[in-house]
Amino acid sequence: MKRKKTILLLLCTLGILGLFTGCGAKDSENTLTVLNYGKYLDPEAIEMFEEETGIKVDYEEYVTPENMYTKYRAGAIDYDLICTSDYMVEKLIQEGEVLELDYANIPLSNNLDSEYFEFSKSFDPENKYAIPYFFGTVGILYNKSMVEESKVNSWNILWDKDYSGQIIMADSVRDSFMVALKILGCSLNTTDDAELKQAQDLLIQQKPLVYSYLVDEAQDEMISENAAMAVVYSGEAGYALEFNENLAFSVPEEGSNMWIDSWFIPKSAKHKEHAEKFLNFLCREDISMMNFDYVYYATPNKKTKESLDLELQENTTIFPLKQTLDNCEVLKPLDDEATMKLNLLWKEVKSAD
Amino acid sequence: MFNLKRQLLSGPYLLWMVGFILMPVVMILYYAFTTTSGHFTLLNITSIFASIHMKSLFLSLKLALACTAICLALSYPLAMILNNMKQRSQGFIVFIFILPMWMNFMLRILAWKLLLSNNGVINMVLEAIGLPGLDVLNTPSAVVFCMVYDFLPFMILPIYNAMSRIQQDIIEAARDLGAGTATIFFKIIVPLTTPGVISGIIMVFVPALTSFAISDLLGGGKVLLIGNVIEQAFMQEYNWNLGSGLSLVLMVFVIASMALMSSKGEKGGASVW
Repeated sequence: MKRKKTILLLLCTLGILGLFTGCGAKDSENTLTVLNYGKYLDPEAIEMFEEETGIKVDYEEYVTPENMYTKYRAGAIDYDLICTSDYMVEKLIQEGEVLELDYANIPLSNNLDSEYFEFSKSFDPENKYAIPYFFGTVGILYNKSMVEESKVNSWNILWDKDYSGQIIMADSVRDSFMVALKILGCSLNTTDDAELKQAQDLLIQQKPLVYSYLVDEAQDEMISENAAMAVVYSGEAGYALEFNENLAFSVPEEGSNMWIDSWFIPKSAKHKEHAEKFLNFLCREDISMMNFDYVYYATPNKKTKESLDLELQENTTIFPLKQTLDNCEVLKPLDDEATMKLNLLWKEVKSAD
Repeated sequence: MFNLKRQLLSGPYLLWMVGFILMPVVMILYYAFTTTSGHFTLLNITSIFASIHMKSLFLSLKLALACTAICLALSYPLAMILNNMKQRSQGFIVFIFILPMWMNFMLRILAWKLLLSNNGVINMVLEAIGLPGLDVLNTPSAVVFCMVYDFLPFMILPIYNAMSRIQQDIIEAARDLGAGTATIFFKIIVPLTTPGVISGIIMVFVPALTSFAISDLLGGGKVLLIGNVIEQAFMQEYNWNLGSGLSLVLMVFVIASMALMSSKGEKGGASVW
């Protein structure tokens, strides 16, 4: 009797272990595991890739770069290809988690405008690791019928008491602090205690005026005119403008953040060749066009941009002007200590009365 | 032999319990007492005393208490009215109360968000009949409101159950002996429904205390409950140790509130554990 119990216990343990290894077991030769932001790639493009190459794509999505980092670091799935934002790519490069790209396998990367490889150098100095996918800025999406247009060229409008209860701030540490730091004339990558404290004071002071702190839902709230202005990414603004003609977008003169979402191959990759094949596929003109139509963010693909309507090419919400970009900074990853400090300051803002 | 077979039957659930309840708790314990580099520490636990965490905890307790009190105040009279109705209409009304629970609760929260927003349906109706607009979205009141809406059935059902089990004979006997309505209520109905009330309180208070999704969606990021702090620690800050430490403290609060309540309801036998 006792022995049977032992056997039972052993079986149970084995069964449980099986539960945890289940996901790794299906690893086969002809697959590719991709991790990307939500709604950031046309699903039809994946089907086309599967048909053309016979490679099965396991496609996964995440919300914020920090989510991505958690997923990647948890290590449950071996990702072959990941798309994320500049500072997170840099963080992973610094941690030695990124493989070098073999450009010989990605000949179509020539379609991309070299100007954006230049911008990428701020986080990938030799362009060894990352290929730009979409880019843009952060600015104010506002409703022309509710806001005085002469004022939106400055971040200060977000502190204007006339718009109390009509302001949507970004529910993300770095973006919110970026706004406050730019008002103070500081770099958005500062780790100076005094500067950060000043920025925090500004954000706490602003809190009573804020309608809500949002990320993805901000554009929907603006489309349905629940608020007068919101801090959003230029891509989202471009999308919102299509749905409500009262809306407009402005990148304030104090400067802002330029972001470049890029693809890289992590160290966990089991199918590097497939990943490069997929990257090459994404740079192809027709596929890049499909993704542009789907995502509606600024594409670095010059062939795609040239084939767009002139009106769309000159849309400065989607394609920021060079002078706007030159006034922007790219986010840098912060070390653990600075990250903790910033997180704490942000939590204090969020729990302030 | 018979015994072993019976034990085998519980195998699948046992497996489930070990794999998805016991193991995660052990992992949380491990993370709670270690630093990111794996050394022993108590800092994750004691960080609950940091002023922002204390503030969130108190806010959570305050909102959960408010939600429980409102649910109780609404449910008790409702259960009494329900109990005095005809048997057939009772079934129908209970059905109506359960009906919203057929829909996913996240969807219902999202629906409230749309209804309550500045240009939402409710404000449009109010405006149309000349009343001032409602400005509750993104405030703690909206969070409490939605908690009450979501958890109300968990309060009504146990109280209604307890009440429907009271035999009419007892009440009639009391009346024969000259008891007035007030005496019957306080000496018979209240004591006999206490176990139901206590299960109701636990089933509302605990999820209200630990919730983070409602405050996230209806608080507009301005209502930081302890649940939100924990979620942020796990999902945004990649600080599983801090998240685990705070979860552990929250667990203590949950268990303490359950123990407190069930020690009071022991006699009735309808308590949760």
